[in-house]
Amino acid sequence: MSVFIIRRLMHAIVVIFVMSFLVFSGVFLVGNPADILIADDADQAEREQVIRDMGLDRPFYEQYWKFLVNAARGDLGDSFVFDEPALQLILERLPATMELAVAALLIAVVFGIPLGVWAGLKPDAIPSKIIMTGSILGFSLPTFWVGIMMMLLFAVILGWLPSTGRGDEITYVLGFPTSLGTFDGWAHVLLPATNLALFKLSLVIRLARAGTREVMHQDYVKFARAKGLTENRVVMVHVMKNILIPVVTVLGLEFGGLVAFSVVTETVFAWPGIGKLLIDSIGLLDRPVIVAYLMIIVFLFVILNLLVDIAYSVLDPRVRLQDVKA
Amino acid sequence: MKVFRRLGLAAVVVTALTGPAMAADVTIGIRSEPSSMDPYFHNLGPNNGMIGQVFGRLVDFDSNQQIFGRLAESWKPINDTTWEFKLRKGVKFHDGSDFTADDVIYSFKRADGYTGGNSSFRIYTKGKTLMKIDDHTLHIMTEAPYPLMPNDLTTVMIMSSEAKGTGKPDVNMGIDTRDFNDGTATFGTGPYKFVEWKKGDRIVLEKFDGYKGPMPQPWDKVTFKFIKAEPARVAALLAGDVDMIDNVPTSDIDTLKKNANVALSQGVSNRVIYLHLDQQRDQSPFVTDKAGNPIDKNPLKDARVRKAISMMINRPAIVERVMEGVAIPAGQLLPAGFFGLSPTLKPDAYDVAGAKKLLAEAGWGDGFGLTIHGPNDRYINDAKIAEAIGQMLTAAGIPTKVVTMPKNVYFSRASKGGPDGTPEFSFVLVGWGSGTGEASSPLKSLLATHDPSKGMGASNRGRHSDPKVDSLIGQALATVDDTKRAALLAEATDIAIGENQGIIPLHYQVNTWATRKGLKYSPRTDERTTAYDLVPAK
Repeated sequence: MSVFIIRRLMHAIVVIFVMSFLVFSGVFLVGNPADILIADDADQAEREQVIRDMGLDRPFYEQYWKFLVNAARGDLGDSFVFDEPALQLILERLPATMELAVAALLIAVVFGIPLGVWAGLKPDAIPSKIIMTGSILGFSLPTFWVGIMMMLLFAVILGWLPSTGRGDEITYVLGFPTSLGTFDGWAHVLLPATNLALFKLSLVIRLARAGTREVMHQDYVKFARAKGLTENRVVMVHVMKNILIPVVTVLGLEFGGLVAFSVVTETVFAWPGIGKLLIDSIGLLDRPVIVAYLMIIVFLFVILNLLVDIAYSVLDPRVRLQDVKA
Repeated sequence: MKVFRRLGLAAVVVTALTGPAMAADVTIGIRSEPSSMDPYFHNLGPNNGMIGQVFGRLVDFDSNQQIFGRLAESWKPINDTTWEFKLRKGVKFHDGSDFTADDVIYSFKRADGYTGGNSSFRIYTKGKTLMKIDDHTLHIMTEAPYPLMPNDLTTVMIMSSEAKGTGKPDVNMGIDTRDFNDGTATFGTGPYKFVEWKKGDRIVLEKFDGYKGPMPQPWDKVTFKFIKAEPARVAALLAGDVDMIDNVPTSDIDTLKKNANVALSQGVSNRVIYLHLDQQRDQSPFVTDKAGNPIDKNPLKDARVRKAISMMINRPAIVERVMEGVAIPAGQLLPAGFFGLSPTLKPDAYDVAGAKKLLAEAGWGDGFGLTIHGPNDRYINDAKIAEAIGQMLTAAGIPTKVVTMPKNVYFSRASKGGPDGTPEFSFVLVGWGSGTGEASSPLKSLLATHDPSKGMGASNRGRHSDPKVDSLIGQALATVDDTKRAALLAEATDIAIGENQGIIPLHYQVNTWATRKGLKYSPRTDERTTAYDLVPAK
């Protein structure tokens, strides 16, 4: 198993390297950040000075080589916009996004699995049909629009929840700064987390429903029933265990998605996380931040994949962690 | 029961929205986050507005960009090349140190020698020598007569010469931009003290009790929240989470006007939206025949053709339909009330027949093809304006394609995307805000001959060039007498726009702020959003 893990991490390094090249050259081709950052009334000499200070007058291979040398030392460069280390900018804002993603994942699991199992057990009941139709909406409505509608309803018309931003009070849980230590923090996270969770919620409902319907007809369920186990025990233990495998796989991968693609939700709700940082950085061609962000995300995906594989082997004893040899 | 709860809630909301401003705390939702709290790191609107509340300037702009004394009590030229500034006495920095002429000299030194950063204040500090006469008297000398001294000094903020940082001692006086971002060195003389900056989220300022100066301090605590998405900014105001927002989207203005809990404040800005036309190349890449094939002549070099294009544009229609009435048709570089304007130039009237006649006179009676390029995320409704112009020109006999793109791609290409760093496009839509609050800034950058060695025509993307205009701008920049300088600037504008059609002005942007009822914001022509322009309504 440790060979498997080491090999996976080696893959990760190759992927990160290739990705850094693609992103670096991509952003290089798009344009010159100095042209957007420099004040309108700066004269030509001042423009050249800024471009020189940022190292943007050097040829591409030189800039990329310098980046690689620094990256090998753990320095991903300073943001063009803020002149602070890109990695630090991202890490400062990562907790906010993590918090949002965890809250969204919780919502998806806590509501998705029971609703899905219920719909799977009673596929023809009217509530099941409502649940399934609702999940189609969850899939198909654009996040941006739903976010604004939720804001309009719960913040503007009803006035129950704050419209934008993150809670003020930051407490430390196990060393991680979080705004969820207070009621105000939860009030702030509820709308954006629900908005972000909607798609995953629908996904979980559908997975749980499909799993339940499949498993209910299996021999061991019939056997369990024949043994006289209560319906509760059959569903909560035997059925649940088996439908959890696809749910865990998908959620593991989707958590990476929640973190990486919270961009829209964070922008709509002015949530100060890394998604908002990424979109702002792209707007200003802040190459060090974009590259560092994507490197972190790739790393995150590789790690999550690995964790999913490990969780698999725990949930399903038939799975062994090893590379398939040709 | 439910009804009662709803009513109770409504009552709370109404009190929150309309009640008298008891606690003097205010939260402002702004579109753009500054890039630094360092006064000299980045000469950029959002930075200058935000940091200017914490740091003072010798002189400053009021909401109409009229100059008033802030740290200086009085100022005057004492001979052709020397200005004398009398500094206010008894002013303290937020760290308790006294403000003297030494701080001004120190600040100029750091601003002028700034290393790194995204665009320095060197354009305002260069060529100026500062000399301390006594603690509260300062002489600023230039080599040639320099009339824009007060205007230039509205830009450079004054920091304490006793500030300490954590940077390398030989770079930027040992104070890094991050020392300002985390509060280590963020001590100014302004009416508000810096409390904290949570990146991507908010900046918090607090009233400075020891403040001495002309700015009002109506608030104890001011929180600026960065809300970039337009619907979210409006929703935050309507939900009562913020007390004011800036950059109200034009499409929401009508709805907000009808809302009894919201007050709008609108004012014209110093920003003109205009078109550059390629006047340099004999063969311009995006000028074609009507079928889209390249042609070997460039009709845009002919002033009559440029005039005709201007006459084919229905400015009132753009203002009415595209801008929803929130803009003012433009005939020159700055709206009425600014310094150095031409008294006679008016927006060109919409006259397609006249335009066609002019085209025929110029030998282009059959028309030609054009492509207009513009940004789609920089100015208010920018892409829609470009589309409207494309349609108007096409209808008038100049088939025009419209290409818009994000600003991060657009400006590099529009300034130097062509071979040898020439502008890539032939016909572009851009905007210009006059940072100095008078006409020399746009004249110098947009209409003077492009000449890197003199620092002239830096944003002249159409490469308009006329020695007469250059010489008038040069004379104006060396004339200290206000009346004479205003006349020179007006004449330069008359020739560059009225005769040459060097650029085609479209409209002046009007900016809109919205507050909850009970507050009043004085709209600023320089588009800044500040706490000291926001007061409780009487």
